[in-house]
Amino acid sequence: MVPATITNVFSLTVVLFLTAVIVFFIGKSYIVSLSQSQGMRPHSLRHYYGIYAAAWTFIPAIIVLLMWTALTQPVIARLSQSLLLDAYPDMNSAMLQLRLAQLQNISTGLIVAPDDTMRLIADAHAELRTYANDLKFVISLLVAFAGAGFAIRQIKPEQKARIKWEGFLRRLFFVAAAVAILTTIGIVSSLLFESIRFFSQYSMIDFFFGTHWSPLKAFSSSGGQSEIDGVVQGSFGMLPVMAGTLLVAFIAMLVAVPIGLFAAIYMAEFASERTRNIVKPTLEVLAGVPTVVYGFFAALTVGPFIRDLGFFAGMDISAQSALAAGGVMGIMIIPFISSLSDDVITAVPRSLRDGALGIGSTRGEMITKVVLPAAFPGLTGAFLLGISRAIGETMIVVMAAGVSAQLTANPLDSVTTVTVQIVMLLTGDTEFDSLKTLSAFALGITLFVVTLMLNVVALSVSRRAGGRY
Amino acid sequence: MTNPTKLSTHDLNVFYDEKQAINNISMAIESNKVTSFIGPSGCGKSTFLRCFNRMNDVIPACRVEGQIMMGDQNINDQKLDPVLLRARVGMVFQKPNPFPKSIFENVAYGPRIHGLVSSKSETADVVEDSLKRSGLWNEVYDRLHDPATGLSGGQQQRLCIARAIAVSPEVLLMDEPCSALDPIATTIIENLINELQERYTIIIVTHSMQQAARVSQNTAYFHLGHLIEYGATKDIFTNPADPQTEAYISGKIG
Repeated sequence: MVPATITNVFSLTVVLFLTAVIVFFIGKSYIVSLSQSQGMRPHSLRHYYGIYAAAWTFIPAIIVLLMWTALTQPVIARLSQSLLLDAYPDMNSAMLQLRLAQLQNISTGLIVAPDDTMRLIADAHAELRTYANDLKFVISLLVAFAGAGFAIRQIKPEQKARIKWEGFLRRLFFVAAAVAILTTIGIVSSLLFESIRFFSQYSMIDFFFGTHWSPLKAFSSSGGQSEIDGVVQGSFGMLPVMAGTLLVAFIAMLVAVPIGLFAAIYMAEFASERTRNIVKPTLEVLAGVPTVVYGFFAALTVGPFIRDLGFFAGMDISAQSALAAGGVMGIMIIPFISSLSDDVITAVPRSLRDGALGIGSTRGEMITKVVLPAAFPGLTGAFLLGISRAIGETMIVVMAAGVSAQLTANPLDSVTTVTVQIVMLLTGDTEFDSLKTLSAFALGITLFVVTLMLNVVALSVSRRAGGRY
Repeated sequence: MTNPTKLSTHDLNVFYDEKQAINNISMAIESNKVTSFIGPSGCGKSTFLRCFNRMNDVIPACRVEGQIMMGDQNINDQKLDPVLLRARVGMVFQKPNPFPKSIFENVAYGPRIHGLVSSKSETADVVEDSLKRSGLWNEVYDRLHDPATGLSGGQQQRLCIARAIAVSPEVLLMDEPCSALDPIATTIIENLINELQERYTIIIVTHSMQQAARVSQNTAYFHLGHLIEYGATKDIFTNPADPQTEAYISGKIG
């Protein structure tokens, strides 16, 4: 029996790695002696042959090791389950689960077996695990040696070890990129499938153009609403929610664009090197503040402040308003706008500024008539990225915008946004496949499409800028 | 034949922080002639050129001391507004730098910011006139509203010349205007410089001694921030007084 300290995945990985290191040196010195005895220069540099052999040692073995580790647990569970079923024929599934857990604990010595049957099965279970562990150790080492042997037999001076290794690296990078892309596809398709389920039960026109949003009331059939297939129509009209999102985003941009842009112009055109080195990082600290902090700033400071102002002006304003949420969100977005715009403005070449100054422009004329027009596409890109952040932002609006879905353009009203509704629909005790939860996916994909379109527009606008000056 | 003096410097010194780039240069530039500045890289000829329209003001570390007289005015006086000076002393840069606007807007830019034009038709006249004088009109008259960046390098440089002369300057400074251009475009610009000299005083910095010989009547040779020799181009190239100048123009240094 191999000691457990070696058979765990981590130490086995180390063992395999060390083996690969040894194989690296073997491969390297092997090609040296081969090329000397055959009087032939190897195709690649010597260490590529070492790497080639080491890769064949390590990579197949680690793949086998990981797969073995992933597969043993369910296989052993299945085996012990059949043992248990033989010993206790009339057992319900809850009892079976309980006994399986018991088994686990007995075999690791946490508890004492309640009866002889259990102890016997537990012994068999423990034995299985030891056996599997030993086998894992042996098999992964065997694979490593087989890989090493195979690779070293391949090594000869005319073998193109560098090209093989680079081909492997290329595939590795491709896999990394593919993982990211596949994850995105997975997320989008899960959104899509749940949305399709939603729309199979609920009218699409009603969802996109309905003006009444009250998902919680969807199943209490109050009068005045029509029912189709037992589902109340008219409770999932997303217009007021989308309107709330757009209103809050609009207020945010109203705050962020002028301040961000002017800050960027100041940093790029007027600030001395020293000031800029202080101001720019400081502004970027704002970007590092967690949104939840902005959220309670909005909910506890700005919201009540606006309410009190309204009180003095004789208006009745709720502490939760689109203005509070949007204003604070705008502050959150300032660093994005200012930092991106600063980069774009600084990227306008010196020669254009010289040209403008050389013909007698004042600094202001140079900025407004030459630099900003030249930077315009990039600035548009920055603003659109800011908007898509504002639309997707969740925490600030959850805390400060309110939950009442009303179709309004008044910034002092409390509104709700798509993101807030998704949070409300999916948190707490809800059955997962009700129409209510499904509607969250429909909202999610709508939001996704909107921000995706904004990003595509932003990208294409700033790409058109490429090579313009 | 000597023309009246257009510009003159008196004991001009230029510093970048502590490093001195120009040492005590006094020279007079004749009006309506082409004066070329030659010399190896880093000799200060471009820095010196940029003194005449105060473009060195843009560089924070740069300090210009001494007098530069234009008429009876010291244009190096810090009280003088460089913005107005730059309308009188235009500049064409090494790399063509048209603004990312239309051809028309590029030329109209200067007259507009200086308030030289008050109506659309006046603007159009100035644009047409400037483009004709820079020899670009026949190539672009039918696409004045296309982006200027779509022009070839040589056309862009002539557009920059048109942009500079649209504000009716008295002096044109050219900082290696052909170094980014191919030989054909260079020839066109050199011919243009010959034509322009009737109306403008031109100072050109160049790395090409053939170019200096072709386009200029006067040549100044600079070395390490000093003015080594200054005189009629034909004298400098046929019979240089200073051994350093001779070494440079015969290709021994530089």
